[in-house]
Amino acid sequence: MTFINYAAREINCKIVYYGPGLCGKTTNLQYIYDRTNPAAKGKLISLATETDRTLFFDFLPLDLGTVRGFKTRFHLYTVPGQVFYDASRKLILKGVDGVVFVADSQEARMDANVESLQNLEKNLHEHGFDLATIPYVLQLNKRDLPTAVAADEMYRQLNFKGEPTFEATAPTGVGVFDTLKAVAKQVLMELRKK
Amino acid sequence: MTDFVLFDEEFQQIKEVIGRLKADAQAKVVFIVDKNGQQIAAQGDLESLDTTSLASLTAGNVAATDGLAKLIGEKEFPVLFHEGEKDNVYIAIVDQRVILVIIFDEHSSLGLVRLRVRKATQDLERIFVSIQRKVEEEKERRHEGVDSPFAEITDEDIDSLFRE
Ligand SMILES: Nc1nc2c(ncn2[C@@H]2O[C@H](COP(=O)(O)OP(=O)(O)OP(=O)(O)O)[C@@H](O)[C@H]2O)c(=O)[nH]1
Ligand SMILES: [Mg+2]
Repeated sequence: MTFINYAAREINCKIVYYGPGLCGKTTNLQYIYDRTNPAAKGKLISLATETDRTLFFDFLPLDLGTVRGFKTRFHLYTVPGQVFYDASRKLILKGVDGVVFVADSQEARMDANVESLQNLEKNLHEHGFDLATIPYVLQLNKRDLPTAVAADEMYRQLNFKGEPTFEATAPTGVGVFDTLKAVAKQVLMELRKK
Repeated sequence: MTDFVLFDEEFQQIKEVIGRLKADAQAKVVFIVDKNGQQIAAQGDLESLDTTSLASLTAGNVAATDGLAKLIGEKEFPVLFHEGEKDNVYIAIVDQRVILVIIFDEHSSLGLVRLRVRKATQDLERIFVSIQRKVEEEKERRHEGVDSPFAEITDEDIDSLFRE
């Protein structure tokens, strides 16, 4: 649900990074935070356990610049990937404008990817959204690992509707900004229809 | 799903209401956030305050408590109160859709804040109803062929955002 503020001439959009536990959602946000100039970002807030697993969400506000006289603000959120945090995951999807699904390329995590994708579809539905129509990008993360499944095999298993798909290695930033741009672009395109 | 829209007229009215609330309740800061964590307006000593983070955490807090309420069969908890050593935070849900946050210290009291919030809530509800009506009128106008300011966003506009 985009928030269009005519008074402040701002558009605020919410993007959620989804995916199984330890797939690299938080790492995506950390990289974006580290590489964005201070004037364009707010604080990165991480509500995490003592072992750095996301407990509720990470939050990063970003200013991308001006379109048609409106400042574009993106609020990036991650969900907690661990299966038993489903209630919290659902809450974070409230009012979402665009979703990034971060998949873990390791062979051993393929089932977890599929399960998380199904969970995303179900939780979106409960908020009245449809994965088939919402701005959506797939990221194949952890491409650097030797156990990574071939990208085209992952594409076959996880690509939902021909959405833009990027190979990534989040800790070094490979694919991170391409992913963000692709989803932000779709979200802004949606505004045209409104 | 309809977007949340804020027009200048209502924005000024909202600022007026929360400015008055801040004075009447002798609070340090009053601000308004939508349930998705977007800040709508704020009044008070904001210099030392990261209002963007505050907005997101408040919304997260309310979302979690809403979840809790549903679990035990309540519709919502309309008021949340956090008491600190110096500062206290009073959170009230307005019109089931926006969140009113009041930060106050020993210059005020819970009783006073509660009292003043009740009045302000009614004023705010009226304003949000009026915004809703405007949005619907706007939508109808658009069906009659008046475009939204974003109808002409081009690929180039968007690409230029990412050029560095
Ligand atoms: N080798 C490698 N490690 C990665 C990559 N991306 C993330 N990691 C590591 O994987 C671990 C988990 O990353 P997080 O970003 O915390 O994972 P998450 O998806 O936020 O996990 P939850 O919060 O539990 O849902 C960390 O140790 C990261 O450094 C990658 O592309 N390659
Ligand atoms: Mg995380």
